[in-house]
Amino acid sequence: MNLWQFILQNHTEILEATLQHLQLVAISTLFAVLIGIPLGILITRRPVLNKPVLGAANVIQTIPSLALFGFLLPAPWIGARADRLAILALTLYALLPLIRNTYTGIKGVDRAIVEAGRGMGLTDGQLLWQVELPLALGVIIAGVRVATVISVGLATIAAAIGAGGLGEYIFRGLAMVNDQVILAGAIPAAMLALLADISLGWLEKRLSPR
Amino acid sequence: MNDPPDHRPVIQFKNVFFRLDNGLELLHNLTLEVERGETLVLLGRSGSGKTTTLKLINHLLSATGGEILVDGRSLRDWDLIRLRRTIGYVIQEVGLFPHFTVERNIALVPQIEKWPLERIRHRVQELMQLVGLEPTLASRYPRELSGGQRQRVGVARALAADPPILLMDEPFGALDPITRVELQREFLALQNRLRKTVVFVTHDLREALLLGSRIALMEAGRLATVQTPDEFVHSTEPLTAAYLNAFGTDLKRGAS
Ligand SMILES: Nc1ncnc2c1ncn2[C@@H]1O[C@H](COP(=O)(O)OP(=O)(O)O)[C@@H](O)[C@H]1O
Ligand SMILES: [Mg+2]
Repeated sequence: MNLWQFILQNHTEILEATLQHLQLVAISTLFAVLIGIPLGILITRRPVLNKPVLGAANVIQTIPSLALFGFLLPAPWIGARADRLAILALTLYALLPLIRNTYTGIKGVDRAIVEAGRGMGLTDGQLLWQVELPLALGVIIAGVRVATVISVGLATIAAAIGAGGLGEYIFRGLAMVNDQVILAGAIPAAMLALLADISLGWLEKRLSPR
Repeated sequence: MNDPPDHRPVIQFKNVFFRLDNGLELLHNLTLEVERGETLVLLGRSGSGKTTTLKLINHLLSATGGEILVDGRSLRDWDLIRLRRTIGYVIQEVGLFPHFTVERNIALVPQIEKWPLERIRHRVQELMQLVGLEPTLASRYPRELSGGQRQRVGVARALAADPPILLMDEPFGALDPITRVELQREFLALQNRLRKTVVFVTHDLREALLLGSRIALMEAGRLATVQTPDEFVHSTEPLTAAYLNAFGTDLKRGAS
Protein backbone atom coordinates (compact mmCIF):
# COMPACT_ATOMS: atom_id res chain seq x y z
CA MET A 1 0.00 0.00 0.00
CA ASN A 2 1.45 3.36 -0.91
CA LEU A 3 1.02 6.62 0.97
CA TRP A 4 -1.85 7.91 -1.15
CA GLN A 5 -3.82 4.73 -0.76
CA PHE A 6 -3.30 4.88 3.01
CA ILE A 7 -4.41 8.51 3.18
CA LEU A 8 -7.47 7.87 0.99
CA GLN A 9 -8.49 4.87 3.02
CA ASN A 10 -8.16 6.75 6.30
CA HIS A 11 -9.14 10.21 5.18
CA THR A 12 -11.98 10.62 7.66
CA GLU A 13 -9.76 9.77 10.62
CA ILE A 14 -6.91 11.91 9.31
CA LEU A 15 -9.25 14.85 8.81
CA GLU A 16 -10.56 14.38 12.32
CA ALA A 17 -7.04 14.28 13.73
CA THR A 18 -6.18 17.41 11.74
CA LEU A 19 -9.20 19.24 13.17
CA GLN A 20 -8.32 18.07 16.66
CA HIS A 21 -4.77 19.29 16.10
CA LEU A 22 -6.02 22.63 14.86
CA GLN A 23 -8.27 22.92 17.88
CA LEU A 24 -5.41 22.33 20.32
CA VAL A 25 -3.34 24.96 18.55
CA ALA A 26 -6.14 27.51 18.18
CA ILE A 27 -7.34 27.33 21.76
CA SER A 28 -3.86 27.42 23.27
CA THR A 29 -2.76 30.29 21.01
CA LEU A 30 -5.91 32.21 21.93
CA PHE A 31 -5.14 31.76 25.63
CA ALA A 32 -1.54 32.77 25.05
CA VAL A 33 -2.67 35.92 23.22
CA LEU A 34 -5.10 36.79 26.02
CA ILE A 35 -2.39 36.35 28.66
CA GLY A 36 0.78 37.25 26.77
CA ILE A 37 -0.25 40.59 25.23
CA PRO A 38 -1.49 42.11 28.50
CA LEU A 39 1.67 40.85 30.24
CA GLY A 40 3.79 42.38 27.49
CA ILE A 41 1.97 45.71 27.93
CA LEU A 42 2.32 45.47 31.71
CA ILE A 43 6.10 45.17 31.58
CA THR A 44 6.36 48.29 29.41
CA ARG A 45 4.53 50.12 32.21
CA ARG A 46 6.25 48.48 35.19
CA PRO A 47 9.91 48.04 34.26
CA VAL A 48 10.67 46.22 37.54
CA LEU A 49 8.50 43.33 36.31
CA ASN A 50 10.37 43.12 33.02
CA LYS A 51 13.12 40.72 34.12
CA PRO A 52 10.99 38.35 36.23
CA VAL A 53 8.23 38.03 33.61
CA LEU A 54 10.50 37.56 30.60
CA GLY A 55 12.77 35.33 32.71
CA ALA A 56 9.91 33.05 33.69
CA ALA A 57 8.63 32.80 30.11
CA ASN A 58 12.16 32.01 29.00
CA VAL A 59 12.60 29.25 31.57
CA ILE A 60 9.36 27.60 30.45
CA GLN A 61 10.68 27.51 26.89
CA THR A 62 13.75 25.62 27.99
CA ILE A 63 11.76 22.77 29.59
CA PRO A 64 11.58 19.82 27.16
CA SER A 65 7.98 19.41 26.07
CA LEU A 66 7.53 15.84 27.24
CA ALA A 67 8.88 16.82 30.65
CA LEU A 68 6.46 19.77 30.82
CA PHE A 69 3.51 17.46 30.15
CA GLY A 70 4.83 15.27 32.95
CA PHE A 71 5.21 18.17 35.38
CA LEU A 72 1.65 19.31 34.77
CA LEU A 73 0.12 15.84 35.14
CA PRO A 74 -0.46 16.07 38.93
CA ALA A 75 -2.25 19.44 38.58
CA PRO A 76 -5.87 19.26 39.77
CA TRP A 77 -8.66 19.55 37.12
CA ILE A 78 -6.06 20.18 34.41
CA GLY A 79 -4.33 16.86 34.89
CA ALA A 80 -7.64 15.02 34.77
CA ARG A 81 -7.96 15.31 31.00
CA ALA A 82 -5.31 15.01 28.35
CA ASP A 83 -6.64 17.81 26.14
CA ARG A 84 -6.65 20.28 29.04
CA LEU A 85 -3.12 19.30 29.86
CA ALA A 86 -2.02 19.71 26.27
CA ILE A 87 -3.68 23.11 25.93
CA LEU A 88 -2.06 24.36 29.14
CA ALA A 89 1.38 23.20 28.05
CA LEU A 90 1.01 24.69 24.56
CA THR A 91 -0.24 27.95 26.06
CA LEU A 92 2.80 28.16 28.32
CA TYR A 93 5.16 27.59 25.39
CA ALA A 94 3.46 30.24 23.28
CA LEU A 95 3.76 32.92 25.98
CA LEU A 96 7.35 33.94 25.39
CA PRO A 97 7.06 35.09 21.76
CA LEU A 98 3.88 36.98 22.61
CA ILE A 99 5.18 38.74 25.70
CA ARG A 100 8.50 39.52 24.06
CA ASN A 101 7.05 40.82 20.80
CA THR A 102 4.41 42.93 22.53
CA TYR A 103 7.12 44.45 24.70
CA THR A 104 9.62 45.11 21.91
CA GLY A 105 6.85 46.27 19.57
CA ILE A 106 5.67 48.94 21.99
CA LYS A 107 9.19 49.91 23.05
CA GLY A 108 10.11 50.21 19.37
CA VAL A 109 7.55 52.94 18.67
CA ASP A 110 9.38 56.18 17.87
CA ARG A 111 9.98 58.13 21.10
CA ALA A 112 9.15 61.41 19.37
CA ILE A 113 5.72 60.12 18.37
CA VAL A 114 4.90 58.87 21.85
CA GLU A 115 6.12 62.11 23.38
CA ALA A 116 4.06 64.16 20.94
CA GLY A 117 0.98 62.17 21.98
CA ARG A 118 1.72 62.62 25.65
CA GLY A 119 2.40 66.32 25.13
CA MET A 120 -0.96 66.72 23.40
CA GLY A 121 -2.71 65.42 26.49
CA LEU A 122 -3.47 61.80 25.62
CA THR A 123 -4.10 59.71 28.71
CA ASP A 124 -2.04 56.57 29.19
CA GLY A 125 -4.92 54.48 27.91
CA GLN A 126 -5.47 56.65 24.83
CA LEU A 127 -1.75 56.57 24.09
CA LEU A 128 -1.79 52.78 24.33
CA TRP A 129 -4.88 52.15 22.19
CA GLN A 130 -4.51 54.91 19.63
CA VAL A 131 -0.76 55.14 19.21
CA GLU A 132 1.34 52.39 20.74
CA LEU A 133 -0.70 49.28 19.98
CA PRO A 134 -1.54 50.20 16.36
CA LEU A 135 2.10 50.99 15.68
CA ALA A 136 3.30 47.81 17.42
CA LEU A 137 0.67 45.61 15.79
CA GLY A 138 2.92 44.24 13.05
CA VAL A 139 5.51 43.10 15.60
CA ILE A 140 2.82 41.63 17.85
CA ILE A 141 1.29 39.65 14.96
CA ALA A 142 4.79 38.40 14.16
CA GLY A 143 4.83 37.04 17.73
CA VAL A 144 1.48 35.33 17.20
CA ARG A 145 2.86 33.82 14.01
CA VAL A 146 5.96 32.41 15.69
CA ALA A 147 3.86 31.10 18.58
CA THR A 148 1.38 29.41 16.22
CA VAL A 149 4.01 27.73 14.09
CA ILE A 150 5.80 26.43 17.20
CA SER A 151 2.46 25.21 18.59
CA VAL A 152 1.61 23.23 15.45
CA GLY A 153 4.85 21.33 15.84
CA LEU A 154 4.64 20.91 19.59
CA ALA A 155 1.04 19.75 19.46
CA THR A 156 2.17 16.52 17.78
CA ILE A 157 3.73 15.57 21.10
CA ALA A 158 0.35 15.97 22.80
CA ALA A 159 -0.53 12.55 21.38
CA ALA A 160 2.02 11.04 23.76
CA ILE A 161 -0.30 11.88 26.67
CA GLY A 162 -3.41 10.87 24.77
CA ALA A 163 -4.63 14.30 23.70
CA GLY A 164 -5.01 13.21 20.09
CA GLY A 165 -4.13 15.28 17.06
CA LEU A 166 -1.84 14.42 14.18
CA GLY A 167 0.81 13.15 16.59
CA GLU A 168 -1.27 9.98 16.89
CA TYR A 169 -0.12 8.92 13.43
CA ILE A 170 3.46 9.90 14.05
CA PHE A 171 3.69 7.91 17.29
CA ARG A 172 1.79 4.99 15.83
CA GLY A 173 3.99 4.99 12.74
CA LEU A 174 7.11 5.08 14.88
CA ALA A 175 5.88 2.12 16.90
CA MET A 176 4.98 0.18 13.74
CA VAL A 177 8.15 1.32 11.92
CA ASN A 178 5.85 2.38 9.10
CA ASP A 179 6.86 5.49 7.18
CA GLN A 180 3.49 5.88 5.53
CA VAL A 181 1.69 6.15 8.86
CA ILE A 182 4.26 8.65 10.10
CA LEU A 183 3.85 10.75 6.96
CA ALA A 184 0.07 10.63 7.22
CA GLY A 185 0.53 12.67 10.42
CA ALA A 186 3.60 14.65 9.47
CA ILE A 187 2.43 15.96 6.11
CA PRO A 188 -0.84 17.52 7.32
CA ALA A 189 1.05 18.96 10.32
CA ALA A 190 3.63 20.53 8.03
CA MET A 191 0.86 21.92 5.85
CA LEU A 192 -0.89 23.41 8.88
CA ALA A 193 2.34 25.07 9.96
CA LEU A 194 2.92 26.43 6.49
CA LEU A 195 -0.63 27.70 6.23
CA ALA A 196 -0.40 29.44 9.61
CA ASP A 197 2.92 30.95 8.62
CA ILE A 198 1.67 32.28 5.31
CA SER A 199 -1.68 33.61 6.48
CA LEU A 200 -0.32 35.28 9.63
CA GLY A 201 2.61 36.60 7.61
CA TRP A 202 0.15 38.20 5.24
CA LEU A 203 -1.77 39.69 8.17
CA GLU A 204 1.47 40.94 9.70
CA LYS A 205 2.36 42.77 6.50
CA ARG A 206 -1.11 44.25 6.15
CA LEU A 207 -1.26 45.51 9.73
CA SER A 208 2.27 46.87 9.92
CA PRO A 209 2.28 50.67 9.84
CA ARG A 210 3.38 51.70 6.40
CA MET B 1 -17.73 98.12 31.67
CA ASN B 2 -14.85 96.26 30.07
CA ASP B 3 -12.60 93.99 32.06
CA PRO B 4 -9.13 95.44 32.38
CA PRO B 5 -6.69 93.62 30.10
CA ASP B 6 -5.06 90.68 31.84
CA HIS B 7 -1.44 91.60 32.50
CA ARG B 8 -0.55 88.53 34.51
CA PRO B 9 2.13 86.47 32.79
CA VAL B 10 0.73 83.30 31.25
CA ILE B 11 3.80 81.24 32.06
CA GLN B 12 6.12 81.86 34.97
CA PHE B 13 9.36 80.14 35.93
CA LYS B 14 10.40 80.87 39.50
CA ASN B 15 13.94 79.78 40.34
CA VAL B 16 13.52 76.56 38.44
CA PHE B 17 16.12 73.82 38.51
CA PHE B 18 16.17 70.59 36.59
CA ARG B 19 18.46 67.80 37.56
CA LEU B 20 18.65 64.27 36.16
CA ASP B 21 18.43 61.27 38.48
CA ASN B 22 22.19 60.87 38.16
CA GLY B 23 22.68 64.35 39.60
CA LEU B 24 23.59 66.09 36.33
CA GLU B 25 22.11 69.59 36.39
CA LEU B 26 20.53 70.56 33.06
CA LEU B 27 18.85 73.79 34.16
CA HIS B 28 20.11 76.18 36.80
CA ASN B 29 17.93 78.72 38.59
CA LEU B 30 15.72 79.74 35.71
CA THR B 31 13.42 82.71 36.30
CA LEU B 32 11.36 83.82 33.33
CA GLU B 33 7.93 85.17 32.47
CA VAL B 34 5.99 84.82 29.25
CA GLU B 35 3.37 87.49 28.61
CA ARG B 36 -0.02 86.90 27.09
CA GLY B 37 0.02 86.99 23.29
CA GLU B 38 3.79 87.30 22.91
CA THR B 39 6.23 85.06 21.08
CA LEU B 40 9.05 84.37 23.45
CA VAL B 41 12.00 82.80 21.68
CA LEU B 42 14.35 80.51 23.57
CA LEU B 43 17.62 80.93 21.72
CA GLY B 44 20.81 79.03 22.41
CA ARG B 45 23.29 76.62 20.97
CA SER B 46 22.33 72.98 20.92
CA GLY B 47 22.57 71.37 24.34
CA SER B 48 21.95 74.66 26.16
CA GLY B 49 18.70 73.40 27.70
CA LYS B 50 15.99 74.84 25.43
CA THR B 51 14.06 71.63 24.86
CA THR B 52 14.31 70.76 28.54
CA THR B 53 12.85 74.17 29.43
CA LEU B 54 9.98 73.66 26.99
CA LYS B 55 9.14 70.19 28.28
CA LEU B 56 8.93 71.53 31.81
CA ILE B 57 6.02 73.74 30.73
CA ASN B 58 3.76 70.89 29.58
CA HIS B 59 5.19 68.69 32.28
CA LEU B 60 6.77 66.08 30.04
CA LEU B 61 9.58 66.72 32.51
CA SER B 62 9.11 67.65 36.12
CA ALA B 63 11.15 70.49 37.66
CA THR B 64 13.34 69.31 40.51
CA GLY B 65 13.45 72.73 42.15
CA GLY B 66 11.52 75.99 42.11
CA GLU B 67 8.05 76.50 40.73
CA ILE B 68 6.37 76.83 37.34
CA LEU B 69 2.99 78.54 36.98
CA VAL B 70 0.64 78.45 34.02
CA ASP B 71 -2.21 80.96 34.10
CA GLY B 72 -1.15 81.90 37.59
CA ARG B 73 -1.59 78.36 38.84
CA SER B 74 1.29 76.15 39.94
CA LEU B 75 1.77 73.03 37.82
CA ARG B 76 1.38 71.08 41.03
CA ASP B 77 -2.28 72.16 41.11
CA TRP B 78 -3.04 71.46 37.45
CA ASP B 79 -4.67 68.32 36.16
CA LEU B 80 -1.91 67.21 33.78
CA ILE B 81 -4.17 66.07 30.97
CA ARG B 82 -6.12 69.35 31.11
CA LEU B 83 -2.88 71.34 31.18
CA ARG B 84 -1.56 69.60 28.08
CA ARG B 85 -4.78 70.07 26.15
CA THR B 86 -4.53 73.79 26.95
CA ILE B 87 -1.10 73.83 25.33
CA GLY B 88 -0.41 73.14 21.67
CA TYR B 89 2.86 71.30 21.10
CA VAL B 90 4.88 71.28 17.89
CA ILE B 91 8.14 69.39 17.91
CA GLN B 92 11.35 69.23 15.97
CA GLU B 93 10.76 65.86 14.34
CA VAL B 94 7.07 66.75 13.87
CA GLY B 95 5.92 63.59 15.67
CA LEU B 96 2.92 63.09 13.38
CA PHE B 97 1.20 59.75 13.84
CA PRO B 98 2.27 57.68 10.83
CA HIS B 99 -0.80 55.41 10.97
CA PHE B 100 -3.26 58.34 10.86
CA THR B 101 -4.21 60.37 7.81
CA VAL B 102 -3.61 64.11 7.81
CA GLU B 103 -7.24 64.59 8.77
CA ARG B 104 -7.08 62.23 11.74
CA ASN B 105 -3.79 63.69 12.90
CA ILE B 106 -5.29 67.16 13.02
CA ALA B 107 -8.53 65.90 14.56
CA LEU B 108 -6.88 64.00 17.39
CA VAL B 109 -7.41 66.39 20.30
CA PRO B 110 -10.96 67.42 19.26
CA GLN B 111 -11.71 63.72 18.90
CA ILE B 112 -10.52 62.79 22.39
CA GLU B 113 -12.30 65.87 23.70
CA LYS B 114 -15.43 64.29 22.19
CA TRP B 115 -16.44 67.12 19.89
CA PRO B 116 -19.40 66.32 17.62
CA LEU B 117 -18.23 64.81 14.31
CA GLU B 118 -19.60 67.62 12.18
CA ARG B 119 -17.75 70.22 14.22
CA ILE B 120 -14.51 68.23 13.98
CA ARG B 121 -14.79 67.96 10.20
CA HIS B 122 -15.45 71.65 9.92
CA ARG B 123 -12.55 72.50 12.22
CA VAL B 124 -10.13 70.32 10.22
CA GLN B 125 -11.09 72.06 6.97
CA GLU B 126 -10.71 75.44 8.60
CA LEU B 127 -7.27 74.59 9.99
CA MET B 128 -5.98 73.11 6.75
CA GLN B 129 -6.89 76.32 5.02
CA LEU B 130 -5.35 78.37 7.83
CA VAL B 131 -1.95 76.67 7.51
CA GLY B 132 -2.07 76.55 3.72
CA LEU B 133 -2.77 72.88 3.03
CA GLU B 134 -4.75 71.78 -0.02
CA PRO B 135 -8.02 70.09 1.04
CA THR B 136 -7.10 67.11 -1.14
CA LEU B 137 -4.25 66.28 1.24
CA ALA B 138 -6.70 65.38 4.02
CA SER B 139 -6.72 61.67 3.21
CA ARG B 140 -2.93 61.33 2.78
CA TYR B 141 -0.58 59.72 5.24
CA PRO B 142 2.32 61.72 6.69
CA ARG B 143 4.90 59.75 4.66
CA GLU B 144 3.13 60.93 1.51
CA LEU B 145 3.82 64.59 2.31
CA SER B 146 6.78 66.88 1.81
CA GLY B 147 8.69 68.14 4.84
CA GLY B 148 7.01 71.54 4.62
CA GLN B 149 3.55 70.00 4.37
CA ARG B 150 4.25 67.75 7.35
CA GLN B 151 5.32 70.72 9.40
CA ARG B 152 2.10 72.54 8.47
CA VAL B 153 0.11 69.54 9.62
CA GLY B 154 2.06 69.64 12.87
CA VAL B 155 1.06 73.27 13.39
CA ALA B 156 -2.58 72.60 12.45
CA ARG B 157 -2.70 69.66 14.86
CA ALA B 158 -1.33 71.79 17.68
CA LEU B 159 -3.93 74.50 17.00
CA ALA B 160 -6.84 72.08 16.67
CA ALA B 161 -8.59 72.64 19.97
CA ASP B 162 -7.65 76.34 19.92
CA PRO B 163 -5.24 76.23 22.88
CA PRO B 164 -4.22 79.64 24.22
CA ILE B 165 -0.59 78.52 24.54
CA LEU B 166 1.73 77.07 21.87
CA LEU B 167 5.07 75.42 22.48
CA MET B 168 7.22 75.05 19.37
CA ASP B 169 10.52 73.18 19.44
CA GLU B 170 12.59 74.07 16.37
CA PRO B 171 9.53 73.50 14.19
CA PHE B 172 11.24 74.67 11.01
CA GLY B 173 14.69 73.30 11.79
CA ALA B 174 14.61 70.39 9.35
CA LEU B 175 13.30 72.34 6.34
CA ASP B 176 15.19 73.62 3.31
CA PRO B 177 15.98 77.36 3.52
CA ILE B 178 13.28 78.46 1.07
CA THR B 179 10.48 76.48 2.70
CA ARG B 180 11.73 77.60 6.09
CA VAL B 181 11.46 81.29 5.20
CA GLU B 182 8.02 80.64 3.73
CA LEU B 183 6.78 78.98 6.92
CA GLN B 184 8.37 81.67 9.10
CA ARG B 185 6.45 84.35 7.19
CA GLU B 186 3.24 82.40 7.46
CA PHE B 187 3.81 81.87 11.16
CA LEU B 188 4.16 85.64 11.61
CA ALA B 189 0.92 86.31 9.72
CA LEU B 190 -0.86 83.58 11.67
CA GLN B 191 0.39 84.87 15.00
CA ASN B 192 -0.74 88.39 14.08
CA ARG B 193 -4.24 87.03 13.74
CA LEU B 194 -4.35 84.48 16.54
CA ARG B 195 -2.26 86.16 19.24
CA LYS B 196 -1.39 82.91 21.01
CA THR B 197 1.10 82.89 23.82
CA VAL B 198 4.02 81.19 22.11
CA VAL B 199 7.28 79.79 23.39
CA PHE B 200 9.45 79.15 20.35
CA VAL B 201 12.74 77.27 20.53
CA THR B 202 15.46 77.82 17.94
CA HIS B 203 19.21 77.96 17.60
CA ASP B 204 18.88 80.20 14.55
CA LEU B 205 19.44 83.87 15.39
CA ARG B 206 17.77 85.08 12.19
CA GLU B 207 14.65 83.14 13.05
CA ALA B 208 14.72 84.47 16.62
CA LEU B 209 15.01 88.08 15.45
CA LEU B 210 12.27 87.63 12.88
CA LEU B 211 9.69 85.86 15.02
CA GLY B 212 10.36 86.83 18.62
CA SER B 213 8.76 89.64 20.58
CA ARG B 214 11.47 88.86 23.12
CA ILE B 215 14.52 86.62 22.97
CA ALA B 216 15.67 84.60 25.97
CA LEU B 217 19.26 83.61 25.39
CA MET B 218 20.31 80.38 27.04
CA GLU B 219 23.79 79.08 27.65
CA ALA B 220 24.76 75.86 29.43
CA GLY B 221 21.48 75.47 31.30
CA ARG B 222 21.31 79.07 32.44
CA LEU B 223 19.32 82.02 31.21
CA ALA B 224 21.81 84.65 30.04
CA THR B 225 19.61 87.56 28.92
CA VAL B 226 16.05 88.36 27.92
CA GLN B 227 15.87 91.14 25.34
CA THR B 228 13.69 92.42 22.52
CA PRO B 229 15.13 91.80 19.04
CA ASP B 230 16.07 95.47 18.84
CA GLU B 231 17.88 95.41 22.18
CA PHE B 232 19.51 92.16 21.14
CA VAL B 233 21.15 93.49 17.97
CA HIS B 234 22.48 96.54 19.78
CA SER B 235 23.55 94.70 22.88
CA THR B 236 27.14 94.75 24.07
CA GLU B 237 26.73 91.73 26.34
CA PRO B 238 29.64 89.41 25.51
CA LEU B 239 27.42 86.37 24.85
CA THR B 240 24.97 88.32 22.71
CA ALA B 241 27.82 89.89 20.81
CA ALA B 242 29.36 86.50 20.23
CA TYR B 243 26.09 85.27 18.77
CA LEU B 244 25.79 88.32 16.53
CA ASN B 245 29.32 87.87 15.28
CA ALA B 246 28.74 84.22 14.51
CA PHE B 247 25.78 85.11 12.32
CA GLY B 248 27.38 88.12 10.69
CA THR B 249 26.81 91.82 11.09
CA ASP B 250 24.24 92.26 8.33
CA LEU B 251 21.61 91.21 10.87
CA LYS B 252 21.88 94.57 12.64
CA ARG B 253 20.56 96.33 9.60
CA GLY B 254 17.96 93.67 8.97
CA ALA B 255 16.34 93.87 12.38
CA SER B 256 16.02 97.60 12.98
N1 LIG C 1 17.61 62.30 29.63
C1 LIG C 1 18.82 62.86 29.47
N2 LIG C 1 19.92 62.21 29.88
C2 LIG C 1 21.14 62.74 29.73
N3 LIG C 1 21.37 63.94 29.22
C3 LIG C 1 20.32 64.66 28.79
C4 LIG C 1 18.98 64.16 28.89
N4 LIG C 1 18.15 65.08 28.39
C5 LIG C 1 18.92 66.09 27.98
N5 LIG C 1 20.22 65.86 28.23
C6 LIG C 1 21.33 66.78 27.97
O1 LIG C 1 20.98 68.00 28.51
C7 LIG C 1 21.46 69.07 27.73
C8 LIG C 1 20.30 69.99 27.36
O2 LIG C 1 19.43 69.29 26.50
P1 LIG C 1 18.31 70.03 25.67
O3 LIG C 1 17.40 70.73 26.60
O4 LIG C 1 17.70 69.00 24.78
O5 LIG C 1 19.14 71.09 24.83
P2 LIG C 1 18.71 71.92 23.53
O6 LIG C 1 17.26 71.70 23.26
O7 LIG C 1 19.02 73.33 23.90
O8 LIG C 1 19.57 71.46 22.42
C9 LIG C 1 22.12 68.43 26.53
O9 LIG C 1 23.50 68.44 26.77
C10 LIG C 1 21.56 67.03 26.51
O10 LIG C 1 22.49 66.16 25.94
MG1 LIG D 1 16.42 70.81 21.49
